[in-house]
Amino acid sequence: MSEIKKFMYVNRRAPYGTIYALESLEVVLISAAFDQDVSLAFLDDGVYQIMKNTKTDDIGMKNFSPVYNALGDYDITKLYIEQESLDERGLTLDDLMDIKYEDEDDDWAEKPSIKVVSRKEMADVMDQQDVLMSF
Amino acid sequence: MKLSVLVNEGPYQHQASDSALQFTRAALEKGHEIFRVFFYHDGVNNGTRFTVPPQDDRNLQESWTTLQAEHELDLVVCIAAAQRRGILDENEAERQGKDGNNIAPGFRISGLGQLVEAGIESERLVVFGD
Repeated sequence: MSEIKKFMYVNRRAPYGTIYALESLEVVLISAAFDQDVSLAFLDDGVYQIMKNTKTDDIGMKNFSPVYNALGDYDITKLYIEQESLDERGLTLDDLMDIKYEDEDDDWAEKPSIKVVSRKEMADVMDQQDVLMSF
Repeated sequence: MKLSVLVNEGPYQHQASDSALQFTRAALEKGHEIFRVFFYHDGVNNGTRFTVPPQDDRNLQESWTTLQAEHELDLVVCIAAAQRRGILDENEAERQGKDGNNIAPGFRISGLGQLVEAGIESERLVVFGD
């Protein structure tokens, strides 16, 4: 298992209507322990997963949204968001959490993990992956 | 080619399990190697031996169990997803203080690391979901 592969987890669904987002996050966190090149994609309703100010008290579910903010600590620093999916839902970058990571190669400077890409660019990023898991 | 399969949906509600089973069978017939089949999300429900579909319908769990026996397949049910959905083997039932287990023959319960390992070790990971 010396070879490093590019893993991308594709999140397509809203965070709390189904369990896909939570269980996707569980795989993502486990995969961090395998020293692979991990990135996440958010498209379709998946963009709702990283909206800021999520509150779940009234629906009786655990709020796992803060976990996305901690992904940098697991060396998961590439979160690709599809521009068209934001546009189609009337969302902008301001509606999303300001997810950052500390770049160890740049004196631990804080850098944004979120990269907004077009649908075409997203397809190119996916094309470069070795393993794609879609949830 | 060395392949692994990820099944993300339960039996009967979605076609994903049927498609995964048919794909796995076809791949084996073509001489490919199936490194692992991993059951996640509601896919873990493929691994209970307590399903009783109508007699004139297909029995997905039995089909997986049969295919496993014929080809010594590694059928892995995710432990975290299984616990949420009441899929237990003997050890887990005892550990959790439950009065029985329901894991089907040929399936085993293990962790998500097995899915990541399948992605690393296989030339292709084929995902079946909704």
